[in-house]
Amino acid sequence: MPLLEVDNLTTHFHTREGVVQAVDGISFSVDRGETLAIVGESGSGKSVACYSLLKLIPQPPGEIVAGRALFEGKDLLQADKKTLQQIRGNDIAIIFQDPMTCLNPYLTVGEQLIEPLIYHHSSSRKEATQRAIEILGEVGIVEPEKRINSYPHEFSGGMRQRVMIAMALITEPKLLICDEPTTALDVTIQAQILDLVKALQLKRNIAVIFISHDLAVVAGVADKVAVMKDGLIVEQGSVDDIFYNTQHEYTKKLLASIPEGAKPGASSPGTFNPDASSIENKPLLSINGLKTHFHDYSGGWLKRNQKVIKAVDDVSLSIQPGEILGLVGESGSGKSTLGRSILQLVPVTSGSVIFDGTDLTQLSSAQMKPMRRRMQMIFQDPYASLNPRMTVFDTLAEPLLYHGLATRKTVTEQVLALMDDVGLARSAIRKYPHEFSGGQRQRIAVGRAIATKPELVIADEPVSALDVTIQAQILDLILTLVDKHHLTMLFISHDLSVVRYIADRIAVMHHGKLVETGSTESLFSAPQHEYTQKLLSAIPVADPARERERQMTLTKLIPESTSEI
Amino acid sequence: MFRFILSRLLQAIPVLLIVITATFFLVRAAPGGPFSAEKAVPPEVIKALEAQYHLDQPMWQQYVGYLNDLAHGDFGPSFRYPGRTVNELIAGGLPITAELALYAMLVAIIIGVCAGVFAALKPNTPQDYIPMSAAMLGICMPSFLMGPLLVLIFGIGLEWVPVSGWGDLPGDKILPSITLGAGYAAFLARLSRGGMLEVMSQDYIRTARAKGLPERVVVLKHGLRGGLIPVIAFLGPAFAGLLSGSFVVETIFQIPGLGRFYVQAAFNRDYTMILGTTVFFATLIVLFNLLSDIVAVWINPKLRHQLREGH
Amino acid sequence: MDQPQVAAPATGGPLNGTSKNALFPRLLRQLRAQTLMYYLYTLVLRAVLSCTHEKITIFKGTMMSKHVTLKNGIEPAEEGTSLWQDAWFRLRQNTFALCGLGVILFLCIVALLTPFIAPYGYEQQNLLLGAAPPSAEHWLGTDIFGRDMLTRIMYGSRVSLMVGFIATSVALVIGVLWGTIAGYAGGRVDAVMMRLVDILYALPFMIFIVLLMVVFGRNILLLFLAIGAVEWLTMARIVRGQVLSLRRQEFVEAAVSLGLSRWTIIRRHLIPNTLGPVIVYTTLTIPSVMLLEAFLSFLGLGIQPPQSSWGLLISYGVETMEEYPWLLLFPGLTLSITLFALNFLGDGLRDALDPRASKN
Repeated sequence: MPLLEVDNLTTHFHTREGVVQAVDGISFSVDRGETLAIVGESGSGKSVACYSLLKLIPQPPGEIVAGRALFEGKDLLQADKKTLQQIRGNDIAIIFQDPMTCLNPYLTVGEQLIEPLIYHHSSSRKEATQRAIEILGEVGIVEPEKRINSYPHEFSGGMRQRVMIAMALITEPKLLICDEPTTALDVTIQAQILDLVKALQLKRNIAVIFISHDLAVVAGVADKVAVMKDGLIVEQGSVDDIFYNTQHEYTKKLLASIPEGAKPGASSPGTFNPDASSIENKPLLSINGLKTHFHDYSGGWLKRNQKVIKAVDDVSLSIQPGEILGLVGESGSGKSTLGRSILQLVPVTSGSVIFDGTDLTQLSSAQMKPMRRRMQMIFQDPYASLNPRMTVFDTLAEPLLYHGLATRKTVTEQVLALMDDVGLARSAIRKYPHEFSGGQRQRIAVGRAIATKPELVIADEPVSALDVTIQAQILDLILTLVDKHHLTMLFISHDLSVVRYIADRIAVMHHGKLVETGSTESLFSAPQHEYTQKLLSAIPVADPARERERQMTLTKLIPESTSEI
Repeated sequence: MFRFILSRLLQAIPVLLIVITATFFLVRAAPGGPFSAEKAVPPEVIKALEAQYHLDQPMWQQYVGYLNDLAHGDFGPSFRYPGRTVNELIAGGLPITAELALYAMLVAIIIGVCAGVFAALKPNTPQDYIPMSAAMLGICMPSFLMGPLLVLIFGIGLEWVPVSGWGDLPGDKILPSITLGAGYAAFLARLSRGGMLEVMSQDYIRTARAKGLPERVVVLKHGLRGGLIPVIAFLGPAFAGLLSGSFVVETIFQIPGLGRFYVQAAFNRDYTMILGTTVFFATLIVLFNLLSDIVAVWINPKLRHQLREGH
Repeated sequence: MDQPQVAAPATGGPLNGTSKNALFPRLLRQLRAQTLMYYLYTLVLRAVLSCTHEKITIFKGTMMSKHVTLKNGIEPAEEGTSLWQDAWFRLRQNTFALCGLGVILFLCIVALLTPFIAPYGYEQQNLLLGAAPPSAEHWLGTDIFGRDMLTRIMYGSRVSLMVGFIATSVALVIGVLWGTIAGYAGGRVDAVMMRLVDILYALPFMIFIVLLMVVFGRNILLLFLAIGAVEWLTMARIVRGQVLSLRRQEFVEAAVSLGLSRWTIIRRHLIPNTLGPVIVYTTLTIPSVMLLEAFLSFLGLGIQPPQSSWGLLISYGVETMEEYPWLLLFPGLTLSITLFALNFLGDGLRDALDPRASKN
C-alpha cells in the first residue's frame, strides 16, 4: 500500500462569479522514497490539490467537496481537527514557494524551527534548540549556533529556503510536499536547493510531492509525473514515460513550449559576425564605461556617509543594427538597471550611451524627447506595466498622438493595425487591462513599445512572469516583430534557455560588471568565464536522462558548504 | 536602541520649543488681557498687577524670562488664582486626569483589542458583525453624547452608579472611564481587526498551520504581534485624543481634573495657566508618542535591524 | 393635515408674538415646507434607487457616443468595464453604503434649501410654549425658549456640513499637493517635506485649536482653517505613499520612456490612480471633522449662539436632559446618523475601490 493514496479529490472555490472547480476529481499516489511531481501552469489547481490534503485552503471560499486521501490508512479529508494537527508538520511537512513571505518576520528563525518539535514530540526547548542547530548545519547554513538567533530578514532568499527545508524536516516527516520551492530563486541557488532536497530525501527515505510549473526542473527530480490542467490530471506516469513517450496533447504542447536550442532561422551566421563587427559596422548603440550608482537614503537624509550601491559598474558594450543582444544575469546583477540607464530612465553616474551617434547622457529632457520615440521598452510585469485606468485604445494611442505619428482621424485605424500586429482581437479595443490575461496584457505592452516604430527596443524580462505556453507565444511574437520592423533589441533575462532561443549574441552580467560577451552558440558551447560556466551548468534541461547525467557533474562543481549568507 | 531613544528625545526639543513659542505669542496676541474682565479696577492697580506679573516688560523679555523659568521647572504664578502657582494647580489636577486617562486607556485597549481580534478570527460571520457594529456605534457616538446618555440610563434611570464626581462615592469612576475610553475602544477594535485580517492572510500563518500548531498558538504567537502593529502606532495619537477628550468628560461629570482647569483657564485668559497646561500636555503627548514609537520598534525586528544598520 | 390647525390655537396665545392674523400664513408656510420636504425626500430616494439600476446604462451610453465609428468589415467593439465601473458595481452590492450615500445626499439637499423650507425662523421664540415635546406642529419639539427643534437642527446641519466639507476641502487641497510634490520629487526634497509632517504630527493640535478658538474668538472661518490644518497631514501621507508606489510602477516608467512630459504623466497616469484612496480618505475625514466641530461647540468654543450647530444643541440638551430628554435625543440622533452614514459610505467605498477585493 502506498504511503499516500488520493482518490477523486475535488475542491471548489465559491467566488462572486460562481463556483470554480479548482480541483476536479484527481487521483494519485506516492510511496516512501519516491518523488511525485505535479506539473501544471498557473491556475491548474496543483497547489490547491496539495493544500486540500491538509485542509490548508481558506474555507470559505474553498470547499473540499469529495474525495478520499488515505495516508497510512487514515483518511485525511475525514480527520478531525486534532488528528489533522498531529499529522501536519509531523508526518506531512510542506516547503512553500516564497521563502520571503513564508517565514514569520517577528520571530527568530530558531523559535520557528523548534516549534514543531515542541508541539509534536514534546521536546524541551533545550533539546529542540540543539536539534535545530544540527539540522541548520545539515541544510548548509554556516555557523548555525549564531544564525539560530537571527530573524528571517537577515537571511538571503536561498538561505531562507534552506531554513524552510530545515523546518519541514526537523520532525522527520514521512511525506514532504514541495510547492514550487525554487521558483523564487536564482538558477544557481535553485540547483543547490534541488540537490539538497534530493540528498535529504535519499538519506531519510521519505516521499516527496514536488509541485512545479517547470518541466526542466521536474525532469531532474521526479520519479513519477502528473500533469494537471484546469483541475484535472490529464496524464500521469513515470518520468521517462512522460518525457519520452508523451500521450496527451497538452503535455506535448508543454514540452514543445520549452525554449530549446538556438534561435529559429538563425542558421545564417553570416548576417553579422559579432567578433569582427565592431570595426566594419557602425553600432546602433554603444555604451562606454557606464556606471550607475544608487545612494541608500534609508539611514536618514542627514547622514552623508550612506552606502553606495554600484548597480552598474563600468560596463561597455555595443549593439549592431538588427541584432538581438541577450543580457543575462541573476537577480541583483544590475541587468535591469543597465537597460534603464540606456533609456535614461535612471540617472547615470558616469560614462556614455551613444545611440546613433548621439550621446544620450548629455541631452536635456527636452532634447531627449525626440530620441525617446526611437527607443522603447517592454517591461517584465504585464500587470504593473499597463495603466489600469486606460483602455487598450488609450494605451496604444497615447504614443502615437503624443509623438505626432497619428492624427485624430487616423489614430483608430493605426491602433487597430497595431493590435493586428501583436495578435489582439480588434473587438477588444475598448477593454481595460484587468479584463485580459497575462499573455494578452504583454501583447498590449509590446504593441505600445512598437507603436512609435522605434529602432531600439529594450525588453526587460518580458516573458518571465508568464506561463510556459504563453511564454513561447510571446517569444515568437517578438521574433516576428523584430523581423518585420527591423528592430534592434536588448533582451534582458535571467533565463538562459530563453535567451539562447532568442538572442544572436549574449552578454553575461554579475555584480554590476559584464563578465563575458560572445555569440550565443560559442558562449553556450565554450563558456570562458568561471561564472558563466557555473551559470550554464546550473540550468536544468527538460530531459530526464541528461538531467541525471548533469547532476553527476554538478555535485562536483558546486562545493558542499557555501559562504552565501 | 539607546541611540534611537536619545535621537528621538533630541528631536522632541524643537517640537516642544515650537509649542511653547507658538502658545506664548498666541496668547499674548489675543485681544483683552487677563484683568480686563474685572470691572472698576483703578488703573494703578492694573499697572501694579502687570508689574507684578512682568506684563509691562517688552515681549521678548517676557518670553526669555518664561523660558528661563520653564527650564527650572517653574510654570509661574496663576493670574486667576492669586497666590497659587500653575505648578500647584497642575499638581492638584494631574493625578485625577492621569487616573482617568489610565482607566480609559485600559478600557480602550482591553475591550478594543479583544473585540477586534475576536472579530477577525471569523470574518463575515455574526462573530465579526456584532462587535464591529458595536464599534461603529462607538465611533459614531461622540463622548459628549455617550456620557450624558450613560448618565441618563445608568445614573438617573437605573441609579446604579453616581452621576458625577471622582473618588467621592463608590463606583463614580466607572462612567467617566467608559465614556472616555469607549470611542477609542471602538477605534482600536477596527484597527486590530484590520491588522489581524491582514496578518492572518499572510503566507507565514499558513506555514504555522502547516507545522501543525494549535490554532490558539497560531493566532496568539504568530498572528498577534504583526496584527497589533497598527494598534501600537495608534496609541500615541490615542493618548493625545484622550487628553483632549478629558476636557469634555471632566466637564460632564464635574471632575476637578486638568482638562477642566484648561478649559476654564482658556475662558479666563489665564495666560500662565494656559501656557503651563499646554506645555505640560504637549510634553506628555510628545513623550507618549516617543514611547509608542519605541514599543513599535521593539516589537518589530525589521525596524530594529534597520536602526542598527542606520547607526 | 387638519391637526396643526386644531393644535395651533391651543398653544399659541396673544402674548407669544404670533397673533392670530399671522398664524395662517405661518401655517401655510409650514405646510408648504413640509410638503416640499416630503417631495425632496422621495425625489432623492428615487434618484438613489434609479441610480443603482440605470447609472451603468447611462454611463455606457455616453461612452458609446464618444466612440470613433469603426469601419465596415470590422467586428463590433466589445465594451470594457473600467475600474470605476467595477467599483460602482461593488458599491451597489453594499446596502449600508448605499443607504449612507442616500442619507448624505438627503442631508445636503435639506441643508441647502433650509432657508426656504424650514418651518420656522431659527431665532423665532415662543416663550409661552417653552420646552414642548414633539407634536404635530413641532415635529421634534421645542427648546426652553420655544424655538422649533427641527428648524434649529436643519440650520445646525448647514453649519456641520459646511464645516465638514470646507475643512475637508482645505485638507484635501493642501494634503494632495504636498503629498504629490513630495512623492514625485522624491529623494531629499521628499525627506525634508515628510520630516516636517512628522514634526507637525507631534504637535498637540487639538489643544491648539481650543486655544485658537479662545484667543481669536469663535470665528467660523478660523475653525475651517484650523481643522483643515490638522487633517491635511494624514492626507499628505496617504497621497505621498500612493504616488511613491505608483512612481515605481512600470506603467509610469513606460510613460517616461514614451517621452511624456511630467505634467502629462501626473495628469494622465498618476492622479487617476491616486483618486481611489483619496476619495475614501476624504469620505472618512468629513465625519471626523464634523465631530471636531461638534466637540468644540459642545465646549462652547465653536459656533456662537443664537446660531445653531449640532454640538451646541447637544450641549444645551445635556443641561436639561433630565427634564426635556428630546432636546438631547434629536440633535444627538441626527449627528450620530450622519456620522454613521458617512462612515458606512467610506467603508463601502474602501471595499469597492480596493483592488484586492475584486479578486474574490
